[in-house]
Amino acid sequence: MDLGTLRDTPRERQVVRRRLLIAGLIGALLCLVLAGRIAYLQTVRYDHFAAQSQDNRVRIASVAPTRGIIRDRDGRVLADNQPAFRLTIVPERVDDLDALIDQLDDLVGVSASERAAFREARQRSRGFQAIPLKRQLSEAAVARVAVNRHRFPGVEVQPHLIRHYPYGPVGGHAIGYVGRISEAELSSRNRRAYRGSSVIGKTGLEKAYERRLRGEMGSERIETNALGRPIDVIERDPPTPGQDLTLTLDIGLQRIAEESLGDFRGAIVAMDPRNGAILALASQPGFDPNAISAGLDREAFKALSQDPDQPLYNRAISGRYPPGSLVKPFLGIAGVASGAIDVDEEIVSDGTYRLPNVSRVWRDWKREGHGEVDLHKAITESVDSYYYELARRMGIDRMHEWMTRFGFGLDSGLALPGERQGIMPSREWKARTLGESWYQGETINTGIGQGFTLSTPIQLATSTAMLANRGAPVVPHLLAGRPDSANAQPGVDPMRLDDETLWQTSIDAMVDVVHGDNGTARAIGDDLDYRIAGKTGTAQVVGIPQGEEYDEETLPARHRDHALFTAFAPATSPRLVVTVLVENGGSGSKTAAPMARRVIDAWMSREEKDSELARQWR
Amino acid sequence: MNWPDSGVNAVARRATGDLLQRGLHLDGVLLGLVALLSGLGVIILYSAFGGRVEPIQDHLVRLGVGAGGMIIAAQIPPWQLRRVAPWLFGVGVLLLVAVLTVGESGGGARRWLDLGVAGFQPSELMKLALPIMVAWLIARASMPVSIGRAAATVLVIALPVGLIGSQPDLGTAVLIGAAGAGVLFLGGIGWRLIVALIGLVAAAVPLLWQFGMQDYQRERVLTFLDPTRDPLGAGYNIIQSQIAIGSGGIHGKGWLNGTQAHLEFIPERHTDFVFAVMAEEFGLVGVCALLILYLLITLRGLWIAHEAQDNFSRLLAGGLSLTFFVYCFVNVGMVSGLLPVVGLPLPLISYGGSAMVTLLVGFGILMSIHTHRRMWSS
Repeated sequence: MDLGTLRDTPRERQVVRRRLLIAGLIGALLCLVLAGRIAYLQTVRYDHFAAQSQDNRVRIASVAPTRGIIRDRDGRVLADNQPAFRLTIVPERVDDLDALIDQLDDLVGVSASERAAFREARQRSRGFQAIPLKRQLSEAAVARVAVNRHRFPGVEVQPHLIRHYPYGPVGGHAIGYVGRISEAELSSRNRRAYRGSSVIGKTGLEKAYERRLRGEMGSERIETNALGRPIDVIERDPPTPGQDLTLTLDIGLQRIAEESLGDFRGAIVAMDPRNGAILALASQPGFDPNAISAGLDREAFKALSQDPDQPLYNRAISGRYPPGSLVKPFLGIAGVASGAIDVDEEIVSDGTYRLPNVSRVWRDWKREGHGEVDLHKAITESVDSYYYELARRMGIDRMHEWMTRFGFGLDSGLALPGERQGIMPSREWKARTLGESWYQGETINTGIGQGFTLSTPIQLATSTAMLANRGAPVVPHLLAGRPDSANAQPGVDPMRLDDETLWQTSIDAMVDVVHGDNGTARAIGDDLDYRIAGKTGTAQVVGIPQGEEYDEETLPARHRDHALFTAFAPATSPRLVVTVLVENGGSGSKTAAPMARRVIDAWMSREEKDSELARQWR
Repeated sequence: MNWPDSGVNAVARRATGDLLQRGLHLDGVLLGLVALLSGLGVIILYSAFGGRVEPIQDHLVRLGVGAGGMIIAAQIPPWQLRRVAPWLFGVGVLLLVAVLTVGESGGGARRWLDLGVAGFQPSELMKLALPIMVAWLIARASMPVSIGRAAATVLVIALPVGLIGSQPDLGTAVLIGAAGAGVLFLGGIGWRLIVALIGLVAAAVPLLWQFGMQDYQRERVLTFLDPTRDPLGAGYNIIQSQIAIGSGGIHGKGWLNGTQAHLEFIPERHTDFVFAVMAEEFGLVGVCALLILYLLITLRGLWIAHEAQDNFSRLLAGGLSLTFFVYCFVNVGMVSGLLPVVGLPLPLISYGGSAMVTLLVGFGILMSIHTHRRMWSS
């Protein structure tokens, strides 16, 4: 203990205590000053201020900007704003709210959920604020209310703009939808930017480009009466409308892609491999964004979000599936380029594959095997044994390195919310995520795109585009023009091979998948004046126990294999990549490949028509 | 030596002391007043938010965090604070320098340090560190304060005030300057010196106006002098808040019925201008009750200073109480049009986290000073 603590002389104590007394007195005096000031405002000048408060006053109101319009590559409108009328009630001016709503029910129909939403909003707002009862009135309903208006003081029909999607569910996942701003979304943003506005992009492009689409809030100085009712606009600072977006999407192709999927759950990605422009991004089942942006009631939204088929889920970018045999052209290039196998080297497939000292048996999809198999045949006939052996020779880490260079396990770079990253496993990955060491058997599974490997359809399409471009990667994008600089560039560099003919070898094999005598997708190869390069895939959903066989008939529908197909066309100068994934679709060749053919046909014939038109104009 | 209590006395005190004081080191009177004020704050905020519940839940969580801080602060005996005073101050100054160089800017000012999890305003730390530092500095020598020590103290005060003022955060700079000056005053600085210092500050005002202020701050002062020169811009706040207060009358318009507030005439009605909402809805009666509550808390703090047993504790307790009072006075003064709008919240009522936590920690220190008396004298 030092002197500072002990020193407490009566004299010093007196000094401070006297000052404390003075400070207390000054404090009390200042409080009196404040009280005096406020008493002056509230008594002497009460009449003045009360009158000002009662009189007409100037209020600053925000004016919401109109949201930018979204168009497809041909300028067809995919999202715009439509005037609509909503029915509002000012509770303060109504004696019996329930009776009034009953009367309105007879007139224009009020659903139970609209009643509930109104009650909820009523609790959150003051009596003089207008609360919407119905968000969208038909023209007939507007007329009925107008005629009967004298019966309903406090009821008003207000014009406003609602987001409209002319193509309904077509492209709904990519375009997204808007919805009411939640408190959480507000607090994380600039509150001021949303004052007076009630909607915000919730998913898809509506969310990704929210800032551009939104525009800048404007304001009005409005003269109002004592009830806050506007009387006159004194001054106006107009809002800046949101920017329009033009997409690379072709809504016609999008519709065909969605129709091709039929009643299956699945996704189709169509892309121009030359620049990464997305032409179609289909995910089925879909939803109608109009219903959601018009204000879906709680039960309906719950039903939609809890539907076991997950219609709100964008399978094209969020769905992760084992890529199955789709890895084979990539892994073939990797195997040869890394020196694990020679292009012409033949491996014998007798229907089974074994590792020394491992009891497990790996099988070919063809029971009797494929005989002697080189790389070309391995891709064309999708020979599993070849890849079991290739995987063993490469080892998991070398496979991981090469497949990552093709974009497997990486983000595609598409600037759309909700994209999930796939998995390209490695020893390090397994140790990090599962805390376990790697087994050689898992290497073998990885060789045919099973095991831990997971891909999204968008990643598979992007990797296919890189293959079609003979090693030049692209960033997929939905916005026309230069890819958005804000786009995250994927960690994919151009791939240079020592032997550049390897690209052609792999592409030739993919052409034979579609056009060769033994190709797994030969069923779709007829009647074409150009060539398609493709690869089928069939991904196991559940492991089939050793010694049992996969029998589609006996398996529950949700345990059936996923069907995959990826392709580009024309094989010589690719202008289109199509990747198809069909959940529980069975086999890639039977289910997925024909869907891809439909999309390719539609696009190529459209291109033909376009070039013909161009010729005529010239 | 004149010890007010003998060891025997202390034992007897402890035996009769209640759980709050003995076990938790809390002061029942101060705790009760602060709880009353916070409760009132919740009621006013609920109306200011137009009856929305989520921000109130937010507010309650922050109150809880602040109460935790208060209880923790109350456990730290004042001599520990005295020991770390220069270090605390040093860290505070370093953080203020850091905020000016690498801080997060928002609304044209750099006030925040991003700590990853949450933002942190070093000026909040300084609200406590400066009174502690000044109390330490003055209590090291005998009192009344000598001229030399007073000069050193003024420099110590000027450093953080300058740093915070250049963020720029005029309100907090004024508050901290006043807190330091308050401690200096309690230290018995001579009246002639006080007059000289006031003269010095008065002389500095034109310089500050010319070189030390941002345009928006000059605008605020000009608007304070004549709100009508920009009735829809900078003067809007003052005009509207005075209408709100004045139209409240003696009895007020009633809870949740303030038209000025709910028609959104009052800007910043949850934060700096929440007093206007209160005055509109509860009238002069409510205002007087609130002012009395603030005065009682201040007086309890000064009483704790009066009862403290060493110079450091006395000065610190007095300084913290005066800081609290300046807070209230400046806020009510600016909302009612007596003072320029400098941007300070209404203590324990305004919505906003960090200032409230700091205030409650300050009360924790006051309670610690009161409840750690005599423990070392026996």
